Amino acid sequence: MTVNSLHYHYDVPGDDFTRAGVASGAVKQILKQLGLNPETVRKMSIALYEAEINMVIHGGGGVIDIDIDDDKIVALVSDQGPGIEDLDLAMQEGWSTASEQERNLGFGAGMGLPNMKKYSDELEINSEVGVGTSVKITVNIEKSGEQRD
Amino acid sequence: MKVKELCEKLGWETVFGDGENEITGGIYCCDLLSIVMGRAPAGSLWITVMANVNAMAVATLADTACVVLAENMRMDEEAAAGAEKGNVTVLCSGKPVFETAAEAAKLLELI
Ligand SMILES: Nc1ncnc2c1ncn2[C@@H]1O[C@H](COP(=O)(O)OP(=O)(O)OP(=O)(O)O)[C@@H](O)[C@H]1O
Ligand SMILES: [Mg+2]
Repeated sequence: MTVNSLHYHYDVPGDDFTRAGVASGAVKQILKQLGLNPETVRKMSIALYEAEINMVIHGGGGVIDIDIDDDKIVALVSDQGPGIEDLDLAMQEGWSTASEQERNLGFGAGMGLPNMKKYSDELEINSEVGVGTSVKITVNIEKSGEQRD
Repeated sequence: MKVKELCEKLGWETVFGDGENEITGGIYCCDLLSIVMGRAPAGSLWITVMANVNAMAVATLADTACVVLAENMRMDEEAAAGAEKGNVTVLCSGKPVFETAAEAAKLLELI
């Protein structure tokens, strides 16, 4: 950990769909203000939102911890919800246990976990049935990249 | 072309925002949020009937140029607050998704 690393913590309530995305939005603002490459900001925003919304819909809420270092952003999204029984299956595009109500709101395409994989540079998921799920998303900060607003 | 210019030409209603964003990512149509999240290009004109607060979050986080609500869909209060928070330009078209997209595509010279 470098001296320059920044930390942020968010408590995310469960089952409040209207608040879901608030933490991801706040993190996006921080990353933008740090002047990071827009593509880097976008990658973390998308991956983190999918993890946040999953935590709200499927995990009963939880916490988000963000670490920003010189070379990477790490988001740890953890809940103490029901856990994922078959992670390989859950990672497949189109697989979803979303309810009718959630589908009516536009969720349930079964693309959240695949999106996290696509937009992160590293993705680590630990889940145990009856214990909870934690998702660690890492997005690298490209040093050579142009730094724009 | 800027969002507001397209909006004016097609007679869409501006529900929220200044429309100053440039459309750089073409047109994208879909209502399932995580498909949009994963596939809508940054700077795209996103056309949908999903007028809720979660759609506003998706537009904010995926950097679409704007949200065009087709079929005259209307946002509720929460969605409006979300649009404001994320500084999302939201437009409203009275036509179905396909017609809305086709008209925009012509103007943007995509077809
Ligand atoms: N935090 C979690 N706790 C418990 N189950 C989860 C969690 N995250 C994901 N899952 C399970 O994995 C499935 C797939 O997740 P994924 O995000 O890919 O799709 P979805 O949330 O169902 O739909 P979408 O994200 O496309 O709106 C979920 O339907 C759910 O069964
Ligand atoms: Mg999901």
